[in-house]
Amino acid sequence: MTKFIRRAQETGKELAFEAARQALDSCNMRIQDIESVALGTAPDAFDGVHMKGEYLLDGAGAWRKPYSRNFVGGGTGVFSPIHGWFHVASGLYDTCLVVAEEKMSSCLPHPQAAFLTIFDNMIERPLGPNLIWIFALEMQRYMHRYNIPKEQIAQVAVKNKRNALDHPSAQIAKAVTLQDVLDSEVLAWPVQRLDISPVSDGACAVVLASEDVARRITDSPVWLDGVGWNLDTTYWTNRDLYFPRYVANAARMAYRMAGISNPRKQIDFAEPYDPFDYKELHHMEGLLLCRKGEAPKLTAEGVTARDGKLPICPSGGLLGVGNPIAAAGLMKVCELFWQLRGEAGKRQVAGDPRTAVAQAWGDLMQIGTVVVMRA
Amino acid sequence: MYSLTTAYMQILTGLFDIVAVEAHSKVSDIVNISPIYDLALDPIYTRPLGLNANFIAGLEMNRYLHSSGATFQDCRRVVEKNRKNALSNELAVRSATFESKSDGADSISYPLTRNDVAPLADGAAVVVLAADDAARSLREDPVWVKGVGWASDSPTLETRDWDKATYAELASKQAYRQAKIHDPAREIQFAEVDDTYSYKELQHTEALGLTTQSSAHKMLDQGVFDLSGKLPVNPSGGSIGMGHTLEMSGLVRVVELVKQLRGNADKHQVHDVQTGVALAWRGVPTASGAVVVLGNR
Repeated sequence: MTKFIRRAQETGKELAFEAARQALDSCNMRIQDIESVALGTAPDAFDGVHMKGEYLLDGAGAWRKPYSRNFVGGGTGVFSPIHGWFHVASGLYDTCLVVAEEKMSSCLPHPQAAFLTIFDNMIERPLGPNLIWIFALEMQRYMHRYNIPKEQIAQVAVKNKRNALDHPSAQIAKAVTLQDVLDSEVLAWPVQRLDISPVSDGACAVVLASEDVARRITDSPVWLDGVGWNLDTTYWTNRDLYFPRYVANAARMAYRMAGISNPRKQIDFAEPYDPFDYKELHHMEGLLLCRKGEAPKLTAEGVTARDGKLPICPSGGLLGVGNPIAAAGLMKVCELFWQLRGEAGKRQVAGDPRTAVAQAWGDLMQIGTVVVMRA
Repeated sequence: MYSLTTAYMQILTGLFDIVAVEAHSKVSDIVNISPIYDLALDPIYTRPLGLNANFIAGLEMNRYLHSSGATFQDCRRVVEKNRKNALSNELAVRSATFESKSDGADSISYPLTRNDVAPLADGAAVVVLAADDAARSLREDPVWVKGVGWASDSPTLETRDWDKATYAELASKQAYRQAKIHDPAREIQFAEVDDTYSYKELQHTEALGLTTQSSAHKMLDQGVFDLSGKLPVNPSGGSIGMGHTLEMSGLVRVVELVKQLRGNADKHQVHDVQTGVALAWRGVPTASGAVVVLGNR
C-alpha cells in the first residue's frame, strides 16, 4: 500500500501503480503472471474523471487483461477482494490482482460536495443533506438507545489514532487524549472534529490466487474463507439507525461460508469500518462480536485495545491511518494479511491469531461488506 | 454486459443459484452529454486538447476505412441494414428512412456523419441467470451461457491499436475458449455486436473472428450480414436501429440473442439458430469490451 496523505503529488494512475507494484514484489510475481485485474474505486466525482476505472486501467496493471471495476461507495474497499474472489473462485482465472485507489484531493474545495449528489434527487437532495449531519443523527440515535456517554465513544478515536502511530502509511496518527477529542471543534453535535477520519489520497493492492497456485507462490498463504455482502433499504429515513442490520446479514453470510458458528469465540481480532468513532462500535455489534450496545463498554475496559482480548482496528483504522475511501477498506484487508502472517511488526497482536474479519460500509450508507480470513 | 459476466462468475463460485442482472439508461436526463465524455479523457495529456467524442470516433473511422479498404458508402449500408432490421423490432425507436448526402458533405467529423452515430435512448433490461439445475426447473427451454470474456486495451488514445478492436479480439478468444468454439465463422450463426458508430459494427465483426480482417465490408456488400443472409449481424437493428442506451446496450444485445435462440424474435427472427455471440464496447474513449456466447442446446 502507498502512504495515505491529504494531497498526493502522484496521479491516481501512479498511486494504483505503486500499490500494484508493491503487492507483486511482495510475492515475487510479475504482471505477466497475473491473469485478471479487479479494481475498486469510489465515485468518479472525486478524481474528476468520468469512467475512472478505465482511466486507472494501465496504472493498475490491466493492459490487455480481463479487467473490471466495482463500486459500492464506502463498502468498495472490502468488496474489491470479494469481486476478485469471483474471478478466482469461479474457476475462470488462477490469479487476480486486486487494486483499490482513491484520490479525493482532486475534488476542490472539498469532496463533501460530491456527496451531495448521491441522495435521491427528488426527496432528499433539496434538503441539502451533508454526510456529517446524517451521521450525527445516527450517532445520536445509537447513544440514546443504549444511554452511551460521549466519553466512551471518544475512546475509540484515542485508541485508533494511537494504534496508527506504528503504521508506516498513517496520515493522522497521534497520541491524543480523551480530553483532546472531547474538546475538539463541534461539527454537528454529537460529531466533533476528532471523531472523524480525514480526507485522503492512497492506494492498496493484494494478489489473489487459486488454492494450488497460492501454495506454489508462498509457504504461508492467507485464505479468504468467507465473503458476505448485504444491502438494506436505500432510504436512510426507513431504517432504525441504532443497529446496522446490513452488516449483521453480511457477517452471517461470511461466517456461514467460513464455518464460524460463534464469532465471539472464533474471531481473534477484527478490522471493522471506522470512518467515525461510533461506527467502529456500531459495526462491532453488526459483526456479532458482542451484544447490542455492549461495544462501548468493551472499549472502555480495554478489551478492544491491541493488547486486549479482542483487538479491534490494530492497524489504527480510518481514524488513524486515513480514509481514501476504497483504499481504506482494502487497507483493512492488508492488515488482516500481515497480522495473520505475523508480519505486522510493532502492530502485531498477541497470541498467534488464526482467524480475523474485516468489514466496510457504504453505498447510501446501507451496504455491509465482510471478509473472513484465516492463516 | 460486464454485469452479466459478474453474475455468471457469482453462479460459478457456487454461492448462488439464481442471480438477476439489471441495466438501464436514463440518458434523457442528461442535458449535454459531450462534456461528460470529455471528463473521461486523461486530465493531463488529452483533456486539454478539447477532443469531442465524435471527433475521436471520426479519427478512428478514418483510420479503419483507410486500413480496411471499406468506404463511406459501406458504413452507410450498415446504417441502412440496421434501421431496416429495427423496423420489425417492436422495441426499436427509429424508422428506416433517412436522408444522407452520399459525398459525405454532411459529416460531423469527417468521415463520420450524423447517421453513423447511434441515437441515444432510454430503457431498462433485466436478465435472470440460473445454475444448471435451477435453470432446468425454471424453464423447459433455457438458453445457456457457453462462454464469457472481457478485456481492455490501453486507456490512452496515444498508445492503443487504431486499426482493429484488440479488446474485442482478446475478449472473444476467452469466450470462445470456454465455449469450445474453434472456428467462429462456421460455428456461430448470428451476432449482436456493438454499433455505437456504424464502422464499429464492421470493425467488431472482424474482431470477433466472424470474418477475416478488412473483409467485413465485402461480406456486407454480398448480403451475408442481412437478416436473411448467411450470418446475420444485428438482426435486432443494433443500437443504430433500436437506440443507443449507453452502458445498457450490451445487455440489450444479450436479450436479443436470447429472443432469437428461443425463436421469440417475431418478425426479425433468424431461422434455425443454435449459437449466437454478443459484443459490448464501453464507448469513446475506452478500449474495453465484453463478449458473451449463448446457445440453446
